[in-house]
Amino acid sequence: GDGLLSEPLAHPDFFNVKELFSMKDLFNARVHLGHKKGCRHRFMEPYIFGCRLDQDIIDLDQTMDHLQLALNFTAHIAYRKGIILFISRNRQFCHLVESTARECGEYAHTRYWQGGLLTNAHIQFGSGVRLPDLIIFLSSLNNVFEPHVAIRDAAKMNIPTVGVVDTNCNPCLITYPIPGNDDSPSAMELYCKLFKMTIIRAKDYRKQREVFHKLQ
Amino acid sequence: TLRLIYTTTAAWKKNVAASGPEKYTEAFIKKQIEEFNLGKRHLANMMGEDPETFTQEDIDRAIAYLFPSGLFDKRARPMMKHPTEIFPEQRKIQWGEDGRPFHFLFYTGKQSYYSLMHDTYEKLLNVQKHQDQLAAQDLPPQKEKKNLVGSRWLTKTELEEMLLEKLSDDDYSRFIQLLQKLVMMPCGNIEENYIKKFSREISAQLQKVVIEPLKYDEQGVAFSTGEGARKTSRATVTVYDNGTGKITVNGIDVLHYFPVLQDREQLLFPFQFLDRVGKHDMVCTVSGGGRSSQAGAIRLASAKALRSFVTEKEVESMRQAGLLTVDPRVKERKKPGQEGARRKFTWKKR
Repeated sequence: GDGLLSEPLAHPDFFNVKELFSMKDLFNARVHLGHKKGCRHRFMEPYIFGCRLDQDIIDLDQTMDHLQLALNFTAHIAYRKGIILFISRNRQFCHLVESTARECGEYAHTRYWQGGLLTNAHIQFGSGVRLPDLIIFLSSLNNVFEPHVAIRDAAKMNIPTVGVVDTNCNPCLITYPIPGNDDSPSAMELYCKLFKMTIIRAKDYRKQREVFHKLQ
Repeated sequence: TLRLIYTTTAAWKKNVAASGPEKYTEAFIKKQIEEFNLGKRHLANMMGEDPETFTQEDIDRAIAYLFPSGLFDKRARPMMKHPTEIFPEQRKIQWGEDGRPFHFLFYTGKQSYYSLMHDTYEKLLNVQKHQDQLAAQDLPPQKEKKNLVGSRWLTKTELEEMLLEKLSDDDYSRFIQLLQKLVMMPCGNIEENYIKKFSREISAQLQKVVIEPLKYDEQGVAFSTGEGARKTSRATVTVYDNGTGKITVNGIDVLHYFPVLQDREQLLFPFQFLDRVGKHDMVCTVSGGGRSSQAGAIRLASAKALRSFVTEKEVESMRQAGLLTVDPRVKERKKPGQEGARRKFTWKKR
């Protein structure tokens, strides 16, 4: 009981998520490519390494740190059997995100966001609903290039968020932003793979620990 | 103690999800079913009938006898029905004991619809992959397309029944567009089994009108019958072959029955069209309507009868001439606030 939940919190990188990715992987998956200078959001300037021929390049050192924090956080949430909701309103990767969520055993929402899903859940779903404990944004904008409503709603409902923020996104309300590209297929596949591996690893570890504690 | 027997108003509340799960737990419904069956046997005993063979109709009659009610609304009267009919079919709770929903798309709101879209899109991707493989091997893509003529897609209500969820028109049209896209692709035949689930055969429209063969009476003369209607007239006609163009209506000769030339021209029209003016005899019975509508009814009936004497091409030409179509015009009803069907009362400025 107590040791099961408190032990992982003692270490900074209990699940060793650092080994899942390297700078080279991020570079090959084109995570460092941002949008053009005109699309740049003011609050993304700290995360931008520079600008080449009008195209913003994201600082991969910072991305590595943020990614490690985010993956560690998702691993802890998955270890404690939390509900994880993947959100991406990018039509190109809707199927990929849904399949990733299904394979992890978690949940996805890549469709039109109805207004009261989080804030009005007890009326829309029923009275005993359990809301997600973590929301992962694989693309934090919606189809009209505005910040996704779920960022604000999650902040209202005290749900922590992890989000991949591109150079045109607003990283303000996201608890664990990951500055990186959200438009290339290779980058999205990399993120999906990383999240899937962390969640599965955390869940397997939890099962092992439960069996171990039962035997004791 | 107050015992909740059954809830009438709660049965018609639309938002079942918000009404609270306690009233409709499975244990509660089971108890209601047991009580219903017990009550059914008691009722059968009371009415002096056999408890084993006591049907729902017998129950309804017994309740109407024991509790006569003069209320106008049938739904307000006392009723005793099986609990599954009274308590609406509620969607079972979508999450387990620990609170985690069963379906991975639960948080979208329309889980069955979106999972359907997800699966269909997956089939589309499979087909594309297959196409790419064939293209890589330099084989030409298969061009056998499924014939869409005799089939239709599911209607919106049928899809709603299948998914047990409400759909909007937009959602439905999107799904149909996705299915069309899947079928239109060259290698779409791979997913035929999947597509068959969403298409229905329409055979009724392809049935042709059956033209009856000629009948022969005692002298060996060929004849055929036809029926026609126009406004309120109904006519039945027998057209005999090897005739002289004699026409009898209700036992009276045509010249006496239809003194007006216009009506007799109407009767003549089908024969004139087929160049068989003096070749057939006709015996008709007609009732209802006025002189012009009776003439129109006999015309339609004789044209239908003549179909048996004539080739298919001539039948088609008759149909195009309008000889075989029933005239749909009937007297329009008078509306309140107007003097007639269309005529308004005289408008006075002041």
